Amino acid sequence: MEASLKARIEDLINGSPVLLFMKGNKLMPQCGFSNNAVQIFNALGVPFDTFDVLSDQEIRQGIKEYSDWPTIPQIYVKGEFLGGSDILIELYNSGELKEKLAIALAS
Amino acid sequence: MVQPDAVAAAIRLALPEALVEVEDLTGGGDHLQVKVLWEGFRDLSRVKQHQLVYGALRAELASEAIHALALTTSCPS
Repeated sequence: MEASLKARIEDLINGSPVLLFMKGNKLMPQCGFSNNAVQIFNALGVPFDTFDVLSDQEIRQGIKEYSDWPTIPQIYVKGEFLGGSDILIELYNSGELKEKLAIALAS
Repeated sequence: MVQPDAVAAAIRLALPEALVEVEDLTGGGDHLQVKVLWEGFRDLSRVKQHQLVYGALRAELASEAIHALALTTSCPS
């Protein structure tokens, strides 16, 4: 991956405590899986930022390579890759997500 | 689109002796729900577990032959 693209991605994920790479935005998700992720964060009432990969082809491809993860959405907490839609749902259902986010947002 | 059986076979090739369940959610062969039970997942993070399954389906995902994949991974209890 080009160094400039990697730097852009790192700026993004380090610039928000909770960042969701998704298709569309919070108000208009363009995919059911992205919508699930938005709904989970809304349900937990935590602040989160989103990046619309449909608006940026370079990031859309680059983020898949960066995380070695072929699908969108992707969730980063404090710069660390948490997983995609399925993992987010599992962590939400088990209560681990709430705990992780509380710790991440407190520090 | 892909055949659910072919998806299961590709996963078993990468993860020997895994138990794989593939459900075609729409009948179109491109929205799949996949459950994988594999001893080799033990002690691996969820991210790593999913990466192993995605790795087995790299070509199908890259070509968007599989458009949507809901994935659950676990190891035998």
